[in-house]
Amino acid sequence: MSHKIENVSRRQFLKVSGVGASSFVLASSLGSFAPVWAQQNQNDVELNLFVSIHADNKVDIICHRSEMGQGVRTSIPQVVAEELCAKWDLVSVVQGQANKEYGSQNTDGSRSIRRFYTTLRQMGASARAMLEQAAADLWKVDVNSVYAEQSYVHHKDSNRKVSFGYIAEAAGKLSPPNPDSLTFKSKKDFKLIGKPVTGIDSTEIVSGQAEFGQDIRLQSMVYASIERAKVLGAKVTSYDADAAKSVKGVIDTFKMPEQPMPVVFHPMNGVAVIANNTWSALQGRKALNIDWELGDNSQHNTQEYIADLKANIVNKGNPIRVEGDVYSDLDQATDTHSATYSVPYLSQAPMEPSAATAVVKDGKCEIWACTQSPQVTQQNVAQALGIEPENVTVNVTFLGGAFGRKAKPDFSIEAALLAKQLKRPVKVVWSREDDIQQGFYHAVSVLHVAAAMDAKKQVTSWLQRTAFPSISWTFTGTVDEPQTGELSLGFGDVPFNIQNLSCETHKATGHIRIGWMRSVSNIQHSFAIGSFVDELASKAGISTHKMWHQLLGEDRLLNPKTDDFDYQNYGEPLEVFPVDIKRIKKALDLVVEKSGANQPTQENEGWGICVHRSFVSYCAVATKVKVVDNKVTVLEVHSAIDAGTVVNPDRVRSQQEGSMIFGLSLALLGEISVKDGAVEQSNFHDYQVLRMHQCPKIETYIIESDAPPGGVGEPGTPPVAPSLANAIYHASGKRIRDLPIKNHMAV
Amino acid sequence: MINFSVNGKQQQVDVDPNMPLLWVLRDSLGLTGSKFGCGMAQCGACTVHIDGQPVRSCVMPISAVAGKQVTTIEGLSNTGDHPVQKAWIEHNVPQCGYCQSGQIMSAVALLSQNEAPSDEDIDNYMQGNICRCGTYPRIKAAIKSVAKGADLAKNVGDDA
Repeated sequence: MSHKIENVSRRQFLKVSGVGASSFVLASSLGSFAPVWAQQNQNDVELNLFVSIHADNKVDIICHRSEMGQGVRTSIPQVVAEELCAKWDLVSVVQGQANKEYGSQNTDGSRSIRRFYTTLRQMGASARAMLEQAAADLWKVDVNSVYAEQSYVHHKDSNRKVSFGYIAEAAGKLSPPNPDSLTFKSKKDFKLIGKPVTGIDSTEIVSGQAEFGQDIRLQSMVYASIERAKVLGAKVTSYDADAAKSVKGVIDTFKMPEQPMPVVFHPMNGVAVIANNTWSALQGRKALNIDWELGDNSQHNTQEYIADLKANIVNKGNPIRVEGDVYSDLDQATDTHSATYSVPYLSQAPMEPSAATAVVKDGKCEIWACTQSPQVTQQNVAQALGIEPENVTVNVTFLGGAFGRKAKPDFSIEAALLAKQLKRPVKVVWSREDDIQQGFYHAVSVLHVAAAMDAKKQVTSWLQRTAFPSISWTFTGTVDEPQTGELSLGFGDVPFNIQNLSCETHKATGHIRIGWMRSVSNIQHSFAIGSFVDELASKAGISTHKMWHQLLGEDRLLNPKTDDFDYQNYGEPLEVFPVDIKRIKKALDLVVEKSGANQPTQENEGWGICVHRSFVSYCAVATKVKVVDNKVTVLEVHSAIDAGTVVNPDRVRSQQEGSMIFGLSLALLGEISVKDGAVEQSNFHDYQVLRMHQCPKIETYIIESDAPPGGVGEPGTPPVAPSLANAIYHASGKRIRDLPIKNHMAV
Repeated sequence: MINFSVNGKQQQVDVDPNMPLLWVLRDSLGLTGSKFGCGMAQCGACTVHIDGQPVRSCVMPISAVAGKQVTTIEGLSNTGDHPVQKAWIEHNVPQCGYCQSGQIMSAVALLSQNEAPSDEDIDNYMQGNICRCGTYPRIKAAIKSVAKGADLAKNVGDDA
C-alpha cells in the first residue's frame, strides 16, 4: 500500500521512470515538448503535466494542484486518462512539486479544472496519438486504421492489439504531434469524464495512511510550536527562556525575526519553543511568560468597528457602477425600503491546523507542507532564507482541509527559518488555538441596500453599498477600501435589470490579517442581496421566486464593466464565461421546483431561497427551517448547481453537500470577534462549526450542461446564509440582518 | 516507564506521564493515523479505542493508559477492509480525509454497542466528531449501510 503522496520533480520523474529497468517512458518525450505546450495566460506560463507509462502497462499521471478535499487528485487523472484511453485501474497519481513549468499551482479560486481542462485533454490526447502512431509503425499499417482503448492500441482490420506498456518506448522516440492535429473524444464516448469515479486516495485515507502536513516525520527532526502575538504587530519585549527550557523535552527557544509591515505573508512576531515532541513544545510555550509591546492594533474592537461602519454606510459612497439616477428616484418614490446587514470576521478552521517541515542544508531548503500554493511557498521561503527559488524544493502533502487558509506560506517560512537556525529538520506545528487566533480572516463587513418600487410594485431603483477591510490591505498596509477583485465577487456584477442602479463602496481599514475564505467576498454580497430580494418580495406581496425573476429581467448576457469597474469575471473572458441571466434563472427555477419551496408549510416552518453566480458557476439554494420558542432547526437544504461540464458528478455532489454545511456553519455559528486587538475565540468550543446532529437533510441537483467547466468548490457557499435567514423570516417573522444567527436565537 | 499495548503490540515509553496518548502515538511511536485537531476533546479527530471504548486520545494522559489495550485506525484492519472502512469507500465519504480516522473509530465503537442505530442514535453518538468538509450525510449513510446486515454488524463487534 502506498502510504503517502509521492512527490516528484520533473527531473526526478524522468529519472525514476527512465528507459530501461521495468518502466518505459513517454515522459521523456513529453517532457521535451514542454515548450510546445506552454501557453501564455495572464503572463503566467500555463501547463505541463506528464504522462508516464510503465512496461507493465501502468500509467502515472502528475497532479500539479493541491488536494484539500475537492478531489483534484482524482479529477485531473480522470481527464488525462480519458483522452489517453487508459484503463482507470492502471492509473496512479503522482503529486507534482513546486515547479513553474506546470503553470499556476495556486489551488484556489475554484479553477483547477476550469483552467486546465483543455490542457489536460491535450496531454492525454497527445500521448494517445504517439502510442497509436507507434503501434501503426509496428504493424506497418496506416495510423487511421488503429485506435486506443483501455490501455491497448487495436488494429481495426486484424483484431491485433498491443499494450501501451509494450509500445510506449517506441512511442517515446516519436516527435510529439502538433497540438492542432490532436483529436478529442466526443462526449458520448466518455468513459471517465462525467462519471462518478471513487476518490483515488480513499483506501489510504480510511486506513489512516494518507500523510498530511502534520504527519511528516524526518530523521533527527525536532518539533516547534510558536507563541505568536495576539495583537497584529505586537512585539516581544522579554520572555523567560529558562522556564521554557526547564519543561521536560524542550530543547531550545528562539525569538522569531521581527515581522516587517505590511503583513504580506511574513510570519508573526513571537517565540518558538523547540522540543523533541509536540506536547513538550506546547507545554514549553506556557512557561514563556512573554511581555509584549502591543502597538496600535490593540485599539481594534469589532463591536465599535461594526458600529462605525454602520453609521457610515447610510451615507453616499464611492460609486463603481451606476445606471440611471438612483438618488432622484429614491427621493420621489413613495414606496421605498432599505436595510443594513453585517457579517463578522470568520476563520477557515480547516480540521488540520497548518504545519510545515523544513530542512536547510548547504544553501538549499526542502519543505514538506500542506500548502495550497507550492510556488508561492517556494518564492517566499527563498526570500526569507536569502537563497534562489530553485534551491527550494517544496513537497505538497495531503491538506486536511484548507478553505483558503493554506494559500498563505507563513507556516512554511517559519519552519525554514527555524531549520536554518537549528541546523536540523524542524516541523512547525500549529495548534487549533493558533489557527483560530492568528489566522488570515474572512473580512468583517457591513452592507446597505435600498430600493424603490412604483405603484405596480415594480422595482425602479436598487442602491447597494459595501464596506470591509480589503485583502489588499494585508499586502499594502494602506489600501482602505474594497478593491475591484473583491467587488467582482457578487457585488459590482449584481445581475439585475433595473432602470436606476448604484453600486458603491465605503472605506474600511485593516487591523488583523485579512485573507481568503471559501467564496471570499461573495459571502457577504450574496447575504445582503439575497436577503434584500426576500425583503422586497414581502413588501411587494409576491413570492421571493417571482421577485428574483422580476429583478433579473429578460434572458441576456450581462457585461457589468464600467469606466470605474474593471469587472474581473474570475479571470475568465466574458465571451467564454458570460454572466448568463438565463442560467441564473434555470438554477433558481430548478431548486424551487425540486424542493417544493413554493408549497405551503406547517406552522412555524418556512422556506427561504437564494441564487448566486460565482466562480463562473450558478448555484441556487432552498432551505427549510422550523422555528419554535426562538430556536431554529434546519430541516432541509436543497441546492442546484450549473457548473458547466462536470468531470466527476459524485465529487461535485459532495462539494455541494460540503458547501451547504460550510454555509450553515458560518450563518448559524460563525463569529470571530476582536477585543483590544486580540481574537476572543480560541477553539471549537467557542468558534463552533456544524456537527452531525445539526446537519439537515441535503439534496443536490446538478444541471446538465455542455458549457466549459466552471468552479465547483466555492459557488455553493454564498447562497446558503441568505436562504437560511429568509427561511427563518418566513417561519417566524424574525428578520436577521446581522450574522451569525446564534446571536439572535438558539440554534 | 509506561507499558501498554497498541494494535496488539506491547509498547514501553519513557515520557512525561501527563503527555496525552495522542502525542505518544504520533511522535513516539510514529502512528500518525490518529489526528491532532483541537487538543481539547472538541473535534474527535484523535479518537482511538482503549479496551474497546472510544476515547479522545488528545486529552488522555499516557499514565492512565498503563496496562491497557489501545486500538488505532492503523490497527482496525490490515488492508483497509474493515466493513466500516469498506462502507466509507463505497459511499465515497472522505473529502480531505483528515477527520475520517476519528470518524471511523467512533462509528466502529457505535456499531459495536448498537448494531442497528437509528438516525438519532447516530447523531447523538457521532456529534463529538467534527468534519469541516461536511461529509456528515455520507457518514450517516455509510454507518447505516453497515448496520443493515446482521453478519456485518457481528464482524464489527468482533473487530472492535
